[in-house]
Amino acid sequence: MLRLFLIICTVLTATSASLFAQATVRIEAANLQGSRPLQEQTGRAAIRDYLQSWQALTAALEQNRADLLDPDFVGSAKDTISATIQQQAALGISTRYQDRAHDVQLVFYSPEGLSIEMTDNVEYDLQLLDHGRVKTVQHVSARYVIVVTPAEVRWRVRVFQGTPR
Amino acid sequence: MIARCALLLGGLVIAMSQLAFAVGGRMSSPKTIEAGSSFSMQIAGSGNATLFIVGTGQVIKRDVQLGQPIFFAAGSLYNAGHYLAVLSGDSFTEVESLDVLPASKPASLSFLAKPSRLPVGMHAGITGAVYVFDAYHNLIFEPMPLSFQLSSSTGAVQKRIVSTRYGAAWTEMDSTAQQGMDKFVARIGEIASTRIVGQVPGDPCSLKMNALESGHQVLLVTDAVRDCNGNAIPDGTIVTFTQTFNGSQSTVDEPLKNGIAQVTISAHNGALLSVASGVVMGNQIRWEK
Repeated sequence: MLRLFLIICTVLTATSASLFAQATVRIEAANLQGSRPLQEQTGRAAIRDYLQSWQALTAALEQNRADLLDPDFVGSAKDTISATIQQQAALGISTRYQDRAHDVQLVFYSPEGLSIEMTDNVEYDLQLLDHGRVKTVQHVSARYVIVVTPAEVRWRVRVFQGTPR
Repeated sequence: MIARCALLLGGLVIAMSQLAFAVGGRMSSPKTIEAGSSFSMQIAGSGNATLFIVGTGQVIKRDVQLGQPIFFAAGSLYNAGHYLAVLSGDSFTEVESLDVLPASKPASLSFLAKPSRLPVGMHAGITGAVYVFDAYHNLIFEPMPLSFQLSSSTGAVQKRIVSTRYGAAWTEMDSTAQQGMDKFVARIGEIASTRIVGQVPGDPCSLKMNALESGHQVLLVTDAVRDCNGNAIPDGTIVTFTQTFNGSQSTVDEPLKNGIAQVTISAHNGALLSVASGVVMGNQIRWEK
C-alpha cells in the first residue's frame, strides 16, 4: 500500500505563507532501509509535517525570530537555525527562503519507530536583505537531508542539513 | 501583502541588474569546503565591498577590500549545507554557490537501543539505530562501516558490521540465553557508544509442585521456578494454586519467595490441585488422604 502510494508520484500543493508561495511537491518511491514497515499514514504525516516546517523556517529567518521555530524544529536543527537567526540579527541581515518545489524521498525508518530520514531536492528563492535593503534574490537548487522525530502530536525536524545535489 | 509584492519586485529588478555585472567574474571561491576548515576567496578589482555568506546553517558578513584575498580561519564556517556567497559593491552584486561538507572523521554517535529490558531468548528482540556526526554535529553522509556488538556477562558476543547510508545505520540482535546486563556497543573508528540492555528470565518452564500432608491441611510447594533456559524466575512473580472439588473452584495467588512458592490449604479428599504462573500451566495432583 505504501509502495503504491509512493510509486505513484503524487504532485501536491503545499499551502504556504504568501501570494507566490505555492510549492509543488513530488514524492518519490521510498527507498527505505530498516526492518520496520512504514505505514502509509505515518509516511504521509512525516512528509506533511516536514513540508509545513518550511513555513516556520521562512518566517523565522525573515523576521529573525527563533521562537517561530518551536512548533516544527527540535534538537540540533532548531539550535543551528536559531544560531543563524542570532547571527542575522546581530549583522542586521534577514533572509527570506521561499520554497518553490520539493522532491521528497523517504530513506530510513528506524527500527524502534522513533525517527524517519528523508531527502529533499528543493528549489527555493532566497532573498537577502541588509538593513532592510534587498541585496539579491537568487533561485537556488539544493538537496537537504532531514531527520524527523515524533513529538506529542506531530513530527518535528531534528536534522536539517544541506548537501550537494 | 502589497509591501511584500513590492519587495519581491524590487528584488527581481536587482537580480536582473546583477546578471549584467556578474559577467565580470570578480569573485573566485571554492565550490566545496570541509566543515570547519580554513579557506580563502579571491576577489578581483579595486575599492570596497561587502561579502555575505548566507545559508540556513550560518551567516557571515564581512567588509572586504577588492583585489585582496579573503581568508577564513579554521572554524569560521562549520555547519554543513548549501550557502550563497554574495559580494555586494556600490554598483555590482555577484553571487557564487558554496557547499560545506561534513568533516570526514566521525566524532559522535547518536545511538538508540531498544528495549532497555527484555526476556532472554528473543529472536531479533533488540534493535539499534545510529546516526553518525562529525565534530560540528553535522550528519556524515559518506558511507562508512559501523559495527554493532552485543556482549553478555557470560562472554557470548554477537557482532554485525553494517555500512551507513545517509549517515544512518541499524541492526537487530537476539537476546541471549542467560539473564544479566548486556553491553550493546556501536562503534565507528575510535568512536563508540554503549548502551546497557537488561535481559530478564522468560516465562516459567516446567512448573512443578508437590503436595505434603500437614496436619489436617495440605502444604503445596513448587520446585524452584525457572525459565526454559534455566534462569531463575524473579521473586514476586505470582504463582496461582487452584483446588477443584465437586464442581467448585478456589484459588490462592502466592508470590515467589526465594525462587519457590508455597501455600497451605484445606484440601478435600479427591480434590484436583493444579498450579500455574501466567500462561504457563504446571502439574496436577489428585489429593487422596
